[in-house]
Amino acid sequence: MKKMHYRELWCSSPRYWGGLSLLGFIILIGLGAAFYMEHSGHYVTGMSNQIVWGLPHVFAIFLIVAASGALNVASIGSVFGGPMYKPLGPFSSLLAIGLLAGGLMVLVLDLGRADRLIVAMTSYNFKSIFTWNIFLYSGFFVIVGAYLWTMLDRKVERFKRPVGFAAFFWRLALTTGTGSIFGFLVAREAYDAAVLAPMFIIMSFSYGLAFFILTLISAFWWSGRTLGDVRLAKLKNLLGVFVGSVMYFALVYYLTNLYITQHHGVERFILLEGGIYTIMLWVGQILVGGVIPLFLLYSPAFATSRTAVSTASLLVLIGGFFQLYVIVIGGQAYPMSLFPGKEVIQSAFFDGVVASYVPSLPEALLGFGGIAVSMTLVAVGARMLLVLPETLEDPTDECP
Amino acid sequence: MSKSTDQPEMNRREFLGKTIVAATAATVAPGVLLSVAKAGPEQKGVTSDVRWGLLIDTNKCADGCTSCVDACHTENGIDLQEKPEGHSDAMWEQQRVQWIRKVKLQDKLTGEQTNLPLMCQHCEHPPCVDVCPTGASFKRADGIVMVDRHICIGCRYCMMACPYKARSFIHEEVANQLVRAPRGKGCVESCTLCVHRIDDGGTTTACQDACSSEGHNAIVFGDLKDPNSDISKALKEQSSRQIRADLELNTGVRYTNV
Repeated sequence: MKKMHYRELWCSSPRYWGGLSLLGFIILIGLGAAFYMEHSGHYVTGMSNQIVWGLPHVFAIFLIVAASGALNVASIGSVFGGPMYKPLGPFSSLLAIGLLAGGLMVLVLDLGRADRLIVAMTSYNFKSIFTWNIFLYSGFFVIVGAYLWTMLDRKVERFKRPVGFAAFFWRLALTTGTGSIFGFLVAREAYDAAVLAPMFIIMSFSYGLAFFILTLISAFWWSGRTLGDVRLAKLKNLLGVFVGSVMYFALVYYLTNLYITQHHGVERFILLEGGIYTIMLWVGQILVGGVIPLFLLYSPAFATSRTAVSTASLLVLIGGFFQLYVIVIGGQAYPMSLFPGKEVIQSAFFDGVVASYVPSLPEALLGFGGIAVSMTLVAVGARMLLVLPETLEDPTDECP
Repeated sequence: MSKSTDQPEMNRREFLGKTIVAATAATVAPGVLLSVAKAGPEQKGVTSDVRWGLLIDTNKCADGCTSCVDACHTENGIDLQEKPEGHSDAMWEQQRVQWIRKVKLQDKLTGEQTNLPLMCQHCEHPPCVDVCPTGASFKRADGIVMVDRHICIGCRYCMMACPYKARSFIHEEVANQLVRAPRGKGCVESCTLCVHRIDDGGTTTACQDACSSEGHNAIVFGDLKDPNSDISKALKEQSSRQIRADLELNTGVRYTNV
């Protein structure tokens, strides 16, 4: 196999700085939106005492889940020894760090008291899954940072495999932790299911890889480098497998709930009568995020089409966003059953009725700000570190 | 000569030593002073010898009566909350604070109707305390579940975890509040069983008083661990239930005739 050379992301200045200033502008707007919400109080958002976690949480969880998945490419390269994936390892780690940072920024800036972040760092309740996640997230930065180091620096290269293993297990734990935030909420019928934890892992594989493919194609286009068809085909086929697996897990999750009589109400709501949530599930998650990408990825007509791969990845991300929206907000919208066998005919606090939620503009701007933070970190990191191979032309001495 | 060079060396050591002592004192003293301050005469300390709870007789709870809710609002400064200017009424209804609410139920089979007030159930194993990352959500030794507003970061995980939707988030800037019921933008709060009364030696809650003065007597407050308390006697006499008993949270609030 030919020796791989890495080079910083260089492209014409206007292209690079133009892109970076656009991202900076989006971040500024996002920060402005966060300040506005923080300053006025959350009443300016669509969130309420009925829907307590809103759009910022969908964005944050989406990015955090994708972050751990983005590391997958590096793991396949160094943990499972896939030669085709190996050169992509450093970029995959950088993307993972970037996505996690963006997601955490959104999560933290939506806190009621974001100014008390230091309290969250110094005062712990170790029974809380949130507390575990604080350690899982900060540990992720450290371990993936070290992993990136072992991939970039010859002097510490011998630690690459053990650190790679550690990073791999850590990311599994991280996504399990994120999934468990919901999976262990016994109070709400839509959440109380342990299958959510593994489902979040497989979701992370899918979103993370979609993010990876999109950013890789963009970076190579940005710097005018070559990306071989065979390598892309590998990534593309893998994405197809992950998209199919996410659909399988969703099927298991809904079938399980359908078997439990107690959960029939919430299932009827999400699958049939939930209005916007039902549409998001069937059109957003299943059609846009599942069926169409699978068609684009596996149809022979698009075998070597870059546009098809990019479109499929983008659709996987959009579908994934809808999937999380249905889980996070749809799950809260359905009323909790406090009195089985009874109907609530009057309540001063919306018992027994579906809660309404209309996301506000600042929430969305904060979310997009988070994505921009991720992309900025990746763009700056790729410019300063040797994470991108000079060329990814298909190897000639290797079976595809 | 050698003595004069030694001298500064000694001084420096001494200086370092004293600095360490001073720094230690500065770090430890506030903690000591705080715990001394906490042990004031009005607080005999909270013990697990008691467990405060409520018993609600739904047969006595009158349809259309909201005196418990109104009393709670006055007692805890909830009526001082103001809708932000220009904010929609519909949205504000979902965002304002609610510690106690009236619910009217109808049996799906028999059509029998029940009225009851619903508030924080002060669980023995509260899910809100389990999930709170900072420990702001806590249970006192006497069973009262509360929020420490000094370390609540406003993540709302407790609200996601509470099976009774008993908690409220403060969505707006707080202009007016009472000393006995502090309130802050961006924090979560819920029913405290009128903890300020209990800590002052009181034996009733505002909701109970209001219900009694209306002549309904549907709410009984008291010590669940004292076999001679009204609440324990009443619980022994009639069958009661916990809401969502399936979760095995062992609630401090019980209901009869639901």
